[in-house]
Amino acid sequence: MYEFIYSRPATVVEAEALLDPNGDATALSGGQTLLPVLRARLASPSRVVDVARLSELKGIRIEGDRIVIGAAETHAAVSNNPLVIEALPALARLAGGIGDPQVRNRGTIGGSIANNDPAACYPSAALALDAVIVTTRRSVGAAEFFTGLYGTVLEPGELVTAVSFPRCRRAAYVKFPNPASRFALIGVFAAKTSGGTRIAITGAGYGVFRWREAEERLESGGSTSDLESAALPEDAFTSDLHGSAEYRMNLARVVTAQAIGEIDV
Amino acid sequence: MNAPPTGKNFGRPVRRLEDGRFIQGKGRFVDDVILPRQTYAAFVRSPYAHARITELDAAPALEMPGVLRVMTAADLAGVANLPCGWMIHSRDGSEMKVGARPILASQIVRYVGEPIAVVVAETRDQARDAAEAVMVGYDELPVVVDCADAMGPDAPQLHDAIPHNLAYDWGLGDEAAVDAALAGAAHKVELTLRNNRLIPNAMEPRACNADWDAYAEKLTVWMTHQNPYGMRAMYSGVYGLAAEHSLRIVSPDVGGGFGAKAPNYPEEVAVAFAAKLVCRPVKWTADRTEAFLTDAHGRDHLTTATLGLDAEGRFLGLKVDTIANMGGYLSTSGSLIPTYMYATMLSGQYVIPAIHCRTRAVYTNTCPVDAYRGAGRPEAAYVVERIVNVAARALGLDQAEIRRRNFIREFPYQTPVVFEYDSGAYEASLDQALALADYNGFAARKAEAAARGKLRGIGVAAYVEACGIGPSALLAKLGAGAGMWDSSEVRVNPVGTIEVLSGAHSHGQGHATTIAQLVADRFGVPIESIRIVQGDTDRAPAGTGTYGSRASVGMSATLLACDKIIAKGKRICAHLMDVTEDSIRFEDGVYASAATNRTVPFGEMAAAAHAANAFPTREIEPGLVESSFFDPPNFTFPSGVYVVEVEIDPRTGVTQIVDFSAADDFGNVANPMIVEGQIHGGLTQGIGQALWEEARYDPETAQLITASYLDYGMPRADGLPEFRLSFGCTPSPSNPLGMKGCGEAGAIGSPPAVINAICDALDIEHTDMPARPERVWKLCQQKGAR
Ligand SMILES: Cc1cc2nc3c(=O)[nH]c(=O)nc-3n(C[C@H](O)[C@H](O)[C@H](O)COP(=O)(O)OP(=O)(O)OC[C@H]3O[C@@H](n4cnc5c(N)ncnc54)[C@H](O)[C@@H]3O)c2cc1C
Repeated sequence: MYEFIYSRPATVVEAEALLDPNGDATALSGGQTLLPVLRARLASPSRVVDVARLSELKGIRIEGDRIVIGAAETHAAVSNNPLVIEALPALARLAGGIGDPQVRNRGTIGGSIANNDPAACYPSAALALDAVIVTTRRSVGAAEFFTGLYGTVLEPGELVTAVSFPRCRRAAYVKFPNPASRFALIGVFAAKTSGGTRIAITGAGYGVFRWREAEERLESGGSTSDLESAALPEDAFTSDLHGSAEYRMNLARVVTAQAIGEIDV
Repeated sequence: MNAPPTGKNFGRPVRRLEDGRFIQGKGRFVDDVILPRQTYAAFVRSPYAHARITELDAAPALEMPGVLRVMTAADLAGVANLPCGWMIHSRDGSEMKVGARPILASQIVRYVGEPIAVVVAETRDQARDAAEAVMVGYDELPVVVDCADAMGPDAPQLHDAIPHNLAYDWGLGDEAAVDAALAGAAHKVELTLRNNRLIPNAMEPRACNADWDAYAEKLTVWMTHQNPYGMRAMYSGVYGLAAEHSLRIVSPDVGGGFGAKAPNYPEEVAVAFAAKLVCRPVKWTADRTEAFLTDAHGRDHLTTATLGLDAEGRFLGLKVDTIANMGGYLSTSGSLIPTYMYATMLSGQYVIPAIHCRTRAVYTNTCPVDAYRGAGRPEAAYVVERIVNVAARALGLDQAEIRRRNFIREFPYQTPVVFEYDSGAYEASLDQALALADYNGFAARKAEAAARGKLRGIGVAAYVEACGIGPSALLAKLGAGAGMWDSSEVRVNPVGTIEVLSGAHSHGQGHATTIAQLVADRFGVPIESIRIVQGDTDRAPAGTGTYGSRASVGMSATLLACDKIIAKGKRICAHLMDVTEDSIRFEDGVYASAATNRTVPFGEMAAAAHAANAFPTREIEPGLVESSFFDPPNFTFPSGVYVVEVEIDPRTGVTQIVDFSAADDFGNVANPMIVEGQIHGGLTQGIGQALWEEARYDPETAQLITASYLDYGMPRADGLPEFRLSFGCTPSPSNPLGMKGCGEAGAIGSPPAVINAICDALDIEHTDMPARPERVWKLCQQKGAR
């Protein structure tokens, strides 16, 4: 690591001041993405602002027909939380399948959403369910929030404070893990919401997206076997060390069918 | 020579005495050693795989905080290059061509991560910051990654005077005899396969801490290593760092090696020189990226093999042509692995009257390749066990049956490729493995899997390997630069504790337990009274290292030293008991004689040896210390048969190992629990090679693209089945313990077993490793299209 100043502010206001947009300070949450980057000397922020213990970023609560999860809640907390298990069981399972126990005990939903790794799990749930990302400055729908490969609308100094999901018991997340990293080679979050069937795909390569063609087919009474022929947005799939676009597209079909199958049982 | 040791420890699953400290975090690894006035080193490494260094300026680094010294090749003028320890001669009689490998590069770099300079500073971070400030200019040169490409006319040449990057073109066996056998064969099958390059991934990365004592002119190097004595000889004899008697290598607890901690690497030598320059202790601990880039890799062969058979499926001749990727330089044992560790094993468990192997070793812009768990033997088993299945398929023979028809049944057996197998019972292992696996019930299981949409396959593989290396005279004939015996000193202290100094060195094998088991039984004393001392050249006697399951060599030396103690005890007891020496027997820890009622327990004899007042000291020396050196008369030849069942999901190409049955024969076994652990580990690494692991370099840039756990697929527990293990026992006649060794076995037999099962499931001739889901999915697609 390069040398940096470590700060642990007591409030969000203090944190925002430290994350001065003109400086090069970086927020630190669970550190499961940031610390490996720092250790490998791939980033050299002058200041690291630890937001993981801010009480304003904590808490999991029900608000009407939504469940609101503080940005600093860990994957372990989300996976074990009775409210999440009740209101959005698929999300609890998703969180319980991230990394290993050490990663889950530190990594947070806010860090994951802010990072928008193209192979991360949470973004698919947020997009499929039209989650609202609450920040220190605004509330943004997931569809607008994620802007492709590691991209979000977050501005310098802006923090995610919570993620608000609608309740949904008819949803499932299936991850086809990359055999090396265990991130999603393809991950599919499928949900049957009041607004219709939703399918969000992560791992394809350029960031999470919805598979509209499949949603429409299923909405119009099609079955999972119709997914075989549903068109996929080819330019959303990449070829790399871990799989060709062709293979990823095949996985998208197989894994989507599996996820839909899990909802329907 | 092979009376199985008896007693209440040897051969039993005694819990590992060293585990208490490991489990409680009390192990002492090199990085735990912090010396007074400690400094830290960081390396400046080449970011390019092939480049000419045009500029090297350390001045900016020297101005950085905490920096003591920047060492470059200029500081090492006159110091020898890294030697390759094994001379191989090409078929035309010429010596292998060794590309000069300096400790620090100053002209050309030949793989990503090659060290160029070492920065010494007060802290590790200061050293790393300053390493980035060293200015190095490069002119990039074209690269070559693939071993076949390296010999091509357009390939960039890595070393002057080594055309086509060919280090040697070596042969073993009678080529004319093989050609004749193949010409007359009723059937011939041919197979081309790759053995994928692997990265060893010991849990503890490489590390060293070098301390120069200018007053005593003594150099101490703490180093995580499999062969501390070998390093002492090299550091003294090759590099002249200090006289051998003033050079101490300490390898404390070593967190895994798998062969990759046996070579002589540039970094540790550089750190030792740096310590002399700054006259303070200098420590370097590799980070994981350095480990990926620079720990010697394993395997990386491209092979074409042809097997000739008669009408009944009996093997007549095997012809093998291998290109072995050496990386940018010949590592310490690099030249040995694809020759005498490989071609000598091509007879497998079979009578094959004629065998010939040609091996061409080539340089490429990749990390040097050296021993990795099995080192040549897995590559050989993979060739043999794959082509046997290809032959079975071609002849319509069952894969178990074709092996049965060809097994060696009488021992000793002289193969056409150097080795004389000393013992074995191959068919018994096959029967045992087939029974464990319920081989005959497979068809029903396959049908049941098919009903679930899964393709189920079964694979059989039989391996034999050579362990317990010596004997030294044979090795010298094959080109070895050093003998390979081992030694042990047994010290019985006055108050009854026993120190066993051993020249071997455990890097996870559990020697602290197994050697103690042996000694406890031999002396009839409690195991707790014994302490094993290893890995410190100032304390332990000379040894030649731990690799290739050669604990049988070191333990034999211990046994012989124990027997010298027992014999001396008899001479002492003759005086204590007032009987003749030859009437005395030593049993269960007690000296007794038919000539008297008086008995002397071992401890009483030991006390008497030190008291030295009950026997004439001009006839019998006081004290009770004996040592022994053991040079084995032959290798040992562990063997086994593995039966694997897989299920493939044709929709995703995912291969699940659903059953794994193993029948191994390691001769006598010191501790079956430790052996099971070794098998579990070996099988896991072999399955890793078969399904997930592969070091991949970008062909355009020769950058390692699998340089972290994000991209390099390590095996994990959830991808493994419950292993069903069983053991046969034909004791080895090549050492007094009848042991054969078990460290590599699992990693040797499992890759072909898994691939055989996959080929069976898909009804195909061959697929290369690793059988990653996409590769298998594509095969399923092709099958669907057929
Ligand atoms: C071994 C391993 C396996 C993993 N496996 C998976 C997996 O299977 N699936 C998966 O989805 N993920 C996986 N991850 C990633 C893990 O989920 C991370 O926890 C997550 O991506 C980042 O969360 P964090 O809290 O650790 O964030 P940090 O690492 O602390 O931060 C990540 C980035 O987000 C920024 N940030 C953090 N918090 C906020 C905030 N509140 N507002 C704005 N910006 C913020 C930081 O500045 C930084 O740029 C794995 C990680 C590891 C190490």
